[in-house]
Amino acid sequence: MLTDLFANIDAGDLWEATYETFYMTILALIGTCIFGILLGLLLFLTTKDGIWQNKYINFIVAALVNVFRAIPFIILILLLFPFTDFLIGTIRGPNAALPALIIGSAPFYGRLVEIALKEVDKGVVEAAKAMGAKTGTIIFRVLLPESMPALVSGLTVTAIALIGYTAMAGVIGAGGLGNYAYYFGFQRRDFDVVFVCTIFIVVIVFIFQFIGDFITNKLDKR
Amino acid sequence: MISIEGLSKIFTADKQKLTAVDNLTLDIKDGEIFGVIGYSGAGKSTFVRLLNRLEEPTGGRVVIDKQEITSLNSRKLRLARQEIGMIFQHFNLLWSRTVKDNIAFPLEIAGIAKAEREQRVQELIDLVGLSGRENAYPSQLSGGQKQRVGIARALANRPKVLLCDEATSALDPETTNAILDLLVDINQKLGLTIILITHEMHVIRKICNQVAVMEKGKIVEQGDVLDVFLRPKQPVTRKFVQQVMGSSEEDDDLQLLMSTYKQGKIVRLHFIGETTNQALISQLAKKYAVDINILQGKITQTRAGAYGTLFVQMDGKAEEMNKAIQYITDETSVEVEVIRDAN
Ligand SMILES: Nc1ncnc2c1ncn2[C@@H]1O[C@H](COP(=O)(O)OP(=O)(O)OP(=O)(O)O)[C@@H](O)[C@H]1O
Ligand SMILES: [Mg+2]
Repeated sequence: MLTDLFANIDAGDLWEATYETFYMTILALIGTCIFGILLGLLLFLTTKDGIWQNKYINFIVAALVNVFRAIPFIILILLLFPFTDFLIGTIRGPNAALPALIIGSAPFYGRLVEIALKEVDKGVVEAAKAMGAKTGTIIFRVLLPESMPALVSGLTVTAIALIGYTAMAGVIGAGGLGNYAYYFGFQRRDFDVVFVCTIFIVVIVFIFQFIGDFITNKLDKR
Repeated sequence: MISIEGLSKIFTADKQKLTAVDNLTLDIKDGEIFGVIGYSGAGKSTFVRLLNRLEEPTGGRVVIDKQEITSLNSRKLRLARQEIGMIFQHFNLLWSRTVKDNIAFPLEIAGIAKAEREQRVQELIDLVGLSGRENAYPSQLSGGQKQRVGIARALANRPKVLLCDEATSALDPETTNAILDLLVDINQKLGLTIILITHEMHVIRKICNQVAVMEKGKIVEQGDVLDVFLRPKQPVTRKFVQQVMGSSEEDDDLQLLMSTYKQGKIVRLHFIGETTNQALISQLAKKYAVDINILQGKITQTRAGAYGTLFVQMDGKAEEMNKAIQYITDETSVEVEVIRDAN
C-alpha cells in the first residue's frame, strides 16, 4: 500500500539527500556561528560608548551587514559563483553551497548577536571593570556567558533559516532535499517525492528547534 | 589613606555642560567608615566612580594608599582596581555563575591558582554568612543574600578600600541593618577603609565615623557624624538629620508640656554621645531625692554613642534638684537646660 503511494521514492536517494541537507546545515551553522559572533562583537564593541568605541569601523561593519542582508539569497548564490569556484574549485554539490550559506546567514546572526550583547546588564560589565578585568576577560567571561541563552536561541532561528537556504541552493545544484525534490519530484511530475521531501524538511526544522529550545532553557539561570 | 584634591567631573551632553563633581577636596583616614550623603543628582555616584576611574576625572587628583590613581596608565590602573573593592545598589552579579563562581571571578582576574581560589572563596563565604548556598545561582537568592555575595566578591582580593554605592538602597529595613552590621564587622576585622554613598541618614547614623554632605557636586558640610547630628549648619544637613530625629516642632510641644505638667522643673537633656550616659536617669533617682518623669524625647544611637534630646520633669526639694543638675553638668557630657524652674 504505502509503497504504491510513494512509488517514485528511492530510499537510497532520499537518505543521501537528507544527509546532504544535514551536512550543509551543520557546517554552514558552524561557520555562521563563528563569523556571526565576530560581527556581533565588532558591532557591539565599536558602538558609541562601547569598549572599543570607533565610529568608522562601526559604520563599515554595519554597512556590510546591511548590504548582505538586503541581497535575496538566491541572487547571492549566483553572485558568489566566481568566488565559490575559486574557493572550492566547483560550483556544484554541498560543499559549493557553503560560502553562500555562510555569507548569507552570518550577517543575520551577527545582528542577533549584537542584540543579545546589548541585553547584558551594563552593571555587570562595570563590576568586571571595577575588579580590574581586561577587555578579553570581559568578552569571554562576562559578555558571552551572560548572553549565552540569547546567543543559542538566535542560532536556532538562524539554523532554521539556513535549512530554507539549503533547499534553495539545492534547486541550483547544491544537493540535499531541495535538490531531490526539484529534480526528481517537480521536474518529473512525481509529486509524492516533493511531498516526502517537504515532510523531511519540516521534521529537520522541528529537530533543530527542539534541540535549540532545550539548550536555551538549560543555560538560562535567570 | 585616601586623599582627594580638586576633583572635578564635567559631563558634556548635547553641548550642555554639567558639573557633576565640583572641585572636591577631601581626606579619608585609614580604617574609617566615611559616609557621603546627598539627594538624588548631587553627584554621589559620579564621585565614587571617579575614585576607581570608572569615570575619568575632568580634573584633580586621587591618591589611594600612596598611589596616585589619577596618573596610572591603563595596565597599572587595572592592577590598582584589584585592590579597590566595590559594591553596587543592584548587586551586579553574573547570573550565569553560581555564588561560588561569582566570588571566584575577581580571583580569576587576579590570576590566582585554582586550589588557592577555592580556599579563599570558602573563607569569604563563611565571612559573609552564606555557607550552604555556594552552589546557588543569584536568581535563587534574596536581595540581602545577593548583596552578601557582592560583598564577598569585593573583598576577594583583600582590598584596602571598599566603595559602596547605595549598597542597601534596594533592601528592606531589616536586611539593610543586617548588611550594615556586616560592613561594620568587616571594617573592624579587616581594618578596611569604607566609603559609603547613601541618601538615607539612618545608614550614616548607624555605621559611619565621618560624614560629608553633598549638594550640586560640592561637599557643603563635613565632620564627625555626631557633630554633624548635633550642629547641622546647612539646610540640607538639617533635613537629613530630621529624617532620623523627626522634625523639631519643639516650640509647640514645649508650650503644651509646660501647661500640662505644672509641678517641678522641666529640663531638657541633650545627649551627645557616650554610651555610659544611658543610665543617667536611674543614677539621678538613686543619688538624689528627686522624682524624674520622662515627658518626651528621642534618642538615637550612633557609633559614637547616644545622641538626642529628652524632656524630663523633675520634682523634689529645690536643693536636691539643683544638686542633681549640678551633677549632670559636672560629671557627664550631657547638656542640661532648665526650661522652666520650679514655681
Ligand atoms: N554619563 C553621564 N552623562 C551625563 N550626565 C551624567 C552622567 N552621569 C551622571 N550625570 C549627571 O550628573 C549628575 C550627578 O549624577 P549622579 O549619578 O552622580 O548623582 P547621585 O547623587 O548618585 O544621584 P542618585 O542618588 O540618584 O544616584 C546628575 O545630574 C546626572 O544627570
Ligand atoms: Mg547614585
